[in-house]
Amino acid sequence: MNARNLAAKAPRNPFAPQTPGERLWAFAIWAFMIFFILNFVAMVAAVVVNSFGTRWLNSWLPAAFTTRWYVSAWNEFQLHDVLIVTFEVVGAVVVLSGVLGVPAAYALARRNFPGKQFVILLFLLPMLIPPITFGIPLATVLYQAHFAGNLSGVILANLVPTVPFVVLVMIPFIEQIDPRVEAAARVFGAGTFRMFVHILVPLLAPGILAALLLVLVRTIAMFELTFFTAGPGSQTLVVALYYAVYAAGVRAGQSIDAMAVIYMLTTLVWLLIALRFVDPTQIVTRAKREAAH
Amino acid sequence: MSDQVLAARPRPRISLRTWLKLREIDGVTLMVIPAVLFVIALFVYPFLYGFVISFQPKTGDWLANYRKFFSDPFLYDTIANTFRLAIPATLINVLISIPIALRVRRMDRRRLLTTILVIPITLGTVLIAEGLLIYLGPQGWFNRTLMLFGIGQVRLVHNYTGVMLSLILSGFPFAFLLTLSYVTGIDPSLEQAASTLGAKASARFRYILLPLLAQGLAINLCLSFVQTFSVFPSAVLLGAPAGATRVISIAAYQAAYEQYDNSMASAIAMIMGFCQLAVVIFILSSRRFFYRGAAGGGKG
Repeated sequence: MNARNLAAKAPRNPFAPQTPGERLWAFAIWAFMIFFILNFVAMVAAVVVNSFGTRWLNSWLPAAFTTRWYVSAWNEFQLHDVLIVTFEVVGAVVVLSGVLGVPAAYALARRNFPGKQFVILLFLLPMLIPPITFGIPLATVLYQAHFAGNLSGVILANLVPTVPFVVLVMIPFIEQIDPRVEAAARVFGAGTFRMFVHILVPLLAPGILAALLLVLVRTIAMFELTFFTAGPGSQTLVVALYYAVYAAGVRAGQSIDAMAVIYMLTTLVWLLIALRFVDPTQIVTRAKREAAH
Repeated sequence: MSDQVLAARPRPRISLRTWLKLREIDGVTLMVIPAVLFVIALFVYPFLYGFVISFQPKTGDWLANYRKFFSDPFLYDTIANTFRLAIPATLINVLISIPIALRVRRMDRRRLLTTILVIPITLGTVLIAEGLLIYLGPQGWFNRTLMLFGIGQVRLVHNYTGVMLSLILSGFPFAFLLTLSYVTGIDPSLEQAASTLGAKASARFRYILLPLLAQGLAINLCLSFVQTFSVFPSAVLLGAPAGATRVISIAAYQAAYEQYDNSMASAIAMIMGFCQLAVVIFILSSRRFFYRGAAGGGKG
């Protein structure tokens, strides 16, 4: 349909498909895109339908619908505790990565000190190297320091990619702010701390909000680092979901899917809020742009 | 003697504070220190520590872990298994993303599409694995649709195909959004000029877009590869973790959490990191055969 729209605009758009070959190519592209999204939506729908179904064998839809799996998932998987742990971890990670990341981003945005390129590289690496690769040595160190196996270890491990993320996302935001505003604050006798609290944080609020919301979404979904460092009482929702799927057959599949739906809701609510403040392509590209230089 | 004269001559004295200030080191610069110390303590140090303890095996000499890894097919086969998944998945994701990004960049509702595609990235691999288990399973909607069209049931989960599909489902949106950001950075007037001069779409792509995109595509290939190479949850849940999809991260996990051999686990993590580094260096070094320069009038 969209391909036809494009073709209809042909006189105005010099790149619109004109020859039959080009039209076929445009059609193939849209067909792939629609096929991809359709399958993804169907996959999510299958999880949601299964979580509300009673018996689902050899048919397109379950025999009847019920909400009891949510009750049983809530009890069987101790979702109350798991959710509290998840929000404790996520809250701590968001606050700490802001506290550590924003001042560092400010220093990197405003000063050209020797070794700055090296420091930026230092912040890029934890974002570019996948968590699985550094997660096992990190967990080993955390276990030796008696952090891992409880909440503090999970929080520390999750901070490793998020602190650099906040730094790299915040640098361009800070560079946009006119340094004369800060100079004026200095003239009136504000120290670095007061200038930060009264001038920079209010000006940077949209940027900080966007960065921290993305940290929040990433941390809810961060599986590997939490998986490596969590003990029995410090599992987050995504790790609990992994164990439930891993041990499928122990519990009813619908119960697992009820948990999966709860997980999706927790993630997507925050994603929707985050998307009000950022362009989705930024989620992927901000840091990578830096890498390109 | 002349040295003494030189030494005695009064030099313009600057305080340490000024000296540092000239190099832009002052109170503001120091704010970078907590974050740097954090990354050193929890990223650089663990990496170096893992590197060192990988040479301190439980038994045997300093190379025993690596010798064990490369002499046991159950272990060294994991490298081939991982490459067999990661290379096709990376190529599929990145190559398909190019034509789609080139078309989508001229679309009006780009924001809606990018929003939809961020969702699979955000939900993560664990959820995608669980969703695909149901959706692609023998009684799932996908197989039902195939049977509706008269195609027999296809086994899509607990094997190589399942993991591959999950890598595409989570990896394609990432590769696409990255390519899209590079494509939109190319000045459209370059292509219009080529079009005015009579270049067909294929020629415009070959001589204008591809050279300008080469750098971005190299980075895209690196990032996509590194991500697919470290596949873990879907290889366990959706694949055959004892067979075709026994990837290297599973071997590392088993060494650490089933055999409690941190030294061996670190050795496997180092081998994993080395494989990723080798491919990244290979991709980046082949990049110099392409044009490198500005992608457009100050916009890229």
